[in-house]
Amino acid sequence: MIGESMVEPILFVVMGITALAGAVTVVIAKNPIYSAMGLLGTLFSVAVLYVVQLAHLVAAVQVIVYAGAVMTLFLFVIMLVGVDKEENREETLPLQRVWVGALAGVVIVFAAVVTFVGDFDWVTGGTTATDPEATNGTIEAIAEPLFTDWVLAFEATALLLTIAAAGAIALAQFRRRRT
Amino acid sequence: MVPVGWYMGLAAALFLIGALGMLLRRNALVMFMCIELMLNAVNLTLISAGRAMNDLNGQVAVFFILVVAAAEVVVGLAIIVAIFRRRATASVDELSELRG
Repeated sequence: MIGESMVEPILFVVMGITALAGAVTVVIAKNPIYSAMGLLGTLFSVAVLYVVQLAHLVAAVQVIVYAGAVMTLFLFVIMLVGVDKEENREETLPLQRVWVGALAGVVIVFAAVVTFVGDFDWVTGGTTATDPEATNGTIEAIAEPLFTDWVLAFEATALLLTIAAAGAIALAQFRRRRT
Repeated sequence: MVPVGWYMGLAAALFLIGALGMLLRRNALVMFMCIELMLNAVNLTLISAGRAMNDLNGQVAVFFILVVAAAEVVVGLAIIVAIFRRRATASVDELSELRG
């Protein structure tokens, strides 16, 4: 039997591999539909990692908003724009990929060193004992700071969503000016 | 319990893959998906750091990021569709009128 303390490491490894595989699929897939499917896998894996870290509401919102609404919108646009055209992958700038690869390698090595050598006290302020009750992200727990400390930001995002919807409609209504 | 550094490492790898895709791909839609990938990596960082610091505000920040990302996707995809209706292309290499 698996002990309860082993649940999080196992989930982390499985979902981490799934998330990375999906992310790689997004970048290397020739067909944008496959890219969208890879992104979907990454979004679900990250949602599971949220649940593991007790961020229940955020995980639910991630699945509903991202995996539901945003990915549907992406798939609509991919179908509309067309997937049959081959993307031009020839390089116009010489050595571009070499530079990008070298830069990526440096960042990977830096991230790995910081992750496994450092103990991240400088990031998180040195708290070691985590209290599961303090960060249990239930709806009530999230709503309390959301509607007290951050109510102005909350109203601003509501305004932002209205403006975004109006802007999208305005862009859809746009016609070429008659000359 | 998994140390917070492991989550940070996973988030860094996801962000790196998203940034690489942003640099290597030319399809505007795939570049957009890479932006979503990077946003998710940052969200994972915020949740992990919030748990390590016993602070719920990390999750509130992720909530706001999700809302802003949704608004960004709506406007961005509308722009891509509007460009496609004029130019019949989704490749960013062919849209270079604004260069200096």
